[in-house]
Amino acid sequence: MLELALKGSKSYWTWVVALLGVIGVGFLLYLGQLQIGLGITGMSRDVSWGFYIANFTYLVGVAAGGVMVVLPYYLHDYKAYGKVTILGEFLAIAALIMCLLFIIVDLGQPMRGLNVLLYPTTNSVLFYDALVLNGYLLINLVVGWNVLEAERNGVHYQKWLKPIIYLSIPFAVSIHTVTAFLYSGLPGRGFWLTAILAPRFLSSAFAAGPALLVLLCLFIRKTTKFDPGKEQIQSLGLTVAYAICINVFFFLCEIFVAFYSQIPEHMDHIKYLFVGLHGHNALVPFMWTSMGLMVIGIILTVNPITRKNETTLAVACALIIAGTWIDKGLGMISGGFVPNPLHEVNEYAPTLPEIGITVGVYAIGALVLTILYKMAVSVKEEVHG
Amino acid sequence: MNDKKWIVLGLLIFMALFLSPFLYNVVTGAKAAPMPEVVLTEKAKAAKQCVMPTEFMRTEHMQLLDEWRLKVVRSGLRDFTNTEGKTFNMSLSNTCMDCHSNKADFCDRCHNYASVKPYCWDCHIDNPQGETK
Amino acid sequence: MKSSRRRFMKLAGIAALGLGAQPAIKAIAPAAGNGPQTQFSQGPNVLTARQWAMVIDTRRFKTTEDLEPMIEACHKLHNVPHFEEKNHEIKWIWETHFHNAFPDSANRFISEEAEHRPYLVLCNHCQNPPCVRACPTKATFKRDSDGVVMMDMHRCIGCRFCMAACPYGSRSFNFVEPLKGLVEKEINLKYPRRMKGVVEKCTFCVERLAEGQMPACVEASGGAIVFGDLEDPESEVRQVLRENFTIRRKQSLGTEPCVYYIV
Repeated sequence: MLELALKGSKSYWTWVVALLGVIGVGFLLYLGQLQIGLGITGMSRDVSWGFYIANFTYLVGVAAGGVMVVLPYYLHDYKAYGKVTILGEFLAIAALIMCLLFIIVDLGQPMRGLNVLLYPTTNSVLFYDALVLNGYLLINLVVGWNVLEAERNGVHYQKWLKPIIYLSIPFAVSIHTVTAFLYSGLPGRGFWLTAILAPRFLSSAFAAGPALLVLLCLFIRKTTKFDPGKEQIQSLGLTVAYAICINVFFFLCEIFVAFYSQIPEHMDHIKYLFVGLHGHNALVPFMWTSMGLMVIGIILTVNPITRKNETTLAVACALIIAGTWIDKGLGMISGGFVPNPLHEVNEYAPTLPEIGITVGVYAIGALVLTILYKMAVSVKEEVHG
Repeated sequence: MNDKKWIVLGLLIFMALFLSPFLYNVVTGAKAAPMPEVVLTEKAKAAKQCVMPTEFMRTEHMQLLDEWRLKVVRSGLRDFTNTEGKTFNMSLSNTCMDCHSNKADFCDRCHNYASVKPYCWDCHIDNPQGETK
Repeated sequence: MKSSRRRFMKLAGIAALGLGAQPAIKAIAPAAGNGPQTQFSQGPNVLTARQWAMVIDTRRFKTTEDLEPMIEACHKLHNVPHFEEKNHEIKWIWETHFHNAFPDSANRFISEEAEHRPYLVLCNHCQNPPCVRACPTKATFKRDSDGVVMMDMHRCIGCRFCMAACPYGSRSFNFVEPLKGLVEKEINLKYPRRMKGVVEKCTFCVERLAEGQMPACVEASGGAIVFGDLEDPESEVRQVLRENFTIRRKQSLGTEPCVYYIV
C-alpha cells in the first residue's frame, strides 16, 4: 500500500520536502547535542526533565486519544466511526513514534538505551512504560495496516485481528496511566504526588486527541475526495466537550485539595505556576492563557450551536489543543520540579537548540502522519470514490 | 513491465560499489597492514606474566576487564587472585596501567590496527604515575 | 535428594548473577580449567558493615569556612568538576541553609545560632531509596553487602529518572564533558572521572572503605562527623545516636535516610 503515498500533487510533495528540510535541521542540532551533551538544553540539576519529556507526555496523550474512535466502533458497534477508525490508529502510530524519539533525544547516553531491556528492572515504571508504548505501537501498526488492506481488497479483515483490536483498548489506557505513574509515584514531588494525575492525563488526552482528529478530518474533507463525515465530526466534538470538562474538573479538584489542606508542598508548585513564587513567575502568563483557552474551548464545545457549526468547532478544537499543550507541555513538568525538593526556586526555559530538536521530532511525526494518511485517504477514495 | 534496464543498472551500480574496495586495492597495489607489535615496559617484562596467561590476555582482556569492573562496582570485591595464587587489585588505572604505562605503544597500537575505539580513557587515567597530557 | 537441592541452589545462584555477567564468566572459566580457580575477594583491609551510616554534629560547624575542608576533600578526591554555569553544576556534598536542608522542621522562630549555621548535605544512602526504585537499568542500586547506594557509570543511560525520584536533590547529571570543569593539574590520577550523559553522586567513599580508610569528609571533619555500622549496637555511630538527639531529612517520606544530624 505504501506506493499510494508516492503519487501526489505538487503541494503534497512540497509539504513532504519542507518536512524533510525541518527534519534535517533538527537532526543536525541533535548531532550537536550528541557532541556537546544535554548542556545545550535549558535543563539543570533541579529541573532535570524539560521540553523533551513534556512533549513526550503530551504526545502519549494524543496517542491514547485515538482509542476514542476505536472503542465506540468496535465495542459499541457505532457504525459511523468505521470511516475514521483508521485515522485514529494512524494518528496513534505517528504520536508514538514521536514519543519514542523524544525519549531517545532526552537520554544522556542514547547508545545504551537497550540497557532497559538487557537489564529488565521490574520495579522501575520506565521499564513498563517502554513495554506498553512499544506494544501499543505494534498493535496499531498491525491492526491499522491489515484493516486498511482488507478494506482496499473489499474483504472483511482477518478474524485473528479482533482480539488484538480489543487488546488495543486497555493498552491505550495503560500507556497514559503508566506515563502518569512515572511522575505520581515519586516521594517529595508534591505537585505530582496525587492519585488523580493518571485520570487527569487521560482526560486531557481524550480531549486533545479527538480535537486533533476533528481538525484532521476537516482538512481531509477540504483537500481530498474522501469525506470523513459530518456525523463523525460531530460525535468527536461531543467527546472533546465531555473530556475537556472532566479535565478542568479534575484540575479544580487538585486545586481544592492543595489549597484547602494548605499543605505547602502541594500548594507551592501551583502557586509557582499561577501567581509566581518568591518573584519567579516565568510560566504565569502561559498558565492563565492555558486556562483561558480551555474555558473558551468548553464554552464553544458544550454549547450545541457553536459545536454544530463546523467553523466554531474547529476553532474550539484548536484552542483546546493549544490549552492542553501548554498545561501538559509547559506546566506539568516544570511545575513539578519548581520549587525543588530543597524549596529553592530555579526556573527552566527551553533553549533554541532544544526547541529546534523538538520541532525536528514533530516534523518526523508529521511526515509519518502525512504518509500514513495519504495511504488511508487514497484507499478510501478508491473504495468510496 | 519494462523496468529491466533500471534493474540491470541498479545491479551494476550495486556491484560497482560492493567491489570498489577490492578494486581499489588491486589498482593501488596496497598490502595488508603489518601486524602491530606491542612494546612491553621494563616493569612488564620483569613481571614475565600478566594477571592471566598472555594468550588469554591477548584475546580476552576486554571480558576480563568487564568482569573486574562488575565485581568492583556491583559486588564490592576489589581483589583478584589468579590461577597461580597471585593477588591483584582490580583497577585499570592503578594495576594494568601501572605496568603498561606506555598506552601509545601498548594499547593503542593494537586498537588502532583492529580499528576499535574503547572509551576507557574518557574516564580512567592512562598513566596514574605520570602527569596528564 | 540432597545433591539435587545443592545443584538447584547452584543453578539459582548462577541465574541470579544475571544476564550481564554471564559472557564474562564464560571467558574466564575455560582458562581456569580443572586446575586452580581464579578468585575474587574483598581485600585484607576492607571495612565492613551491614548498613553504613553517618552522624553529622552540626554544632561543630559555625561558618562556611568550617565546611570547606570536607567539601574540598571530597570533590578533589573524586574529580568532581566545577562549572561556572549553574545549570551544569555537579556536587556530591555541599552546604545549605537549615530551612532548605530540613524544610519540614523549619519553625518560624528557632535558635538564631542554629538557624545561621551552615548545614552539610549529601546523599543519604537511604534504606528505602526511591532512586533505586526508579532506575530502569539497575545502574543505581543498593549494595547488599553494606547498604551503600551505588552508581554503575558504565550502565547508566542518563534518563535522569533517579534525579526526579530523589527527594533530597543529591544527584547531579553530567550535562557537558566533565573534563571541562576540571583543572588538569589537580586531577586525582587514582580515581576515575566520569563521561558526559551519566548521573553521579556521593558513594560514601567505597573506594576508601575497601582499603580500610574512613570517607574523605569524615577524615577531614576532625571528629565532627562519625561514621559506622547502623546495625551494630556497639558501633560509634550507635553510641553517638544513643547519647544525642538527632534529626534526619524529610523523614516523613519513608526513605529511611542514613545520614543523621545533631542540631
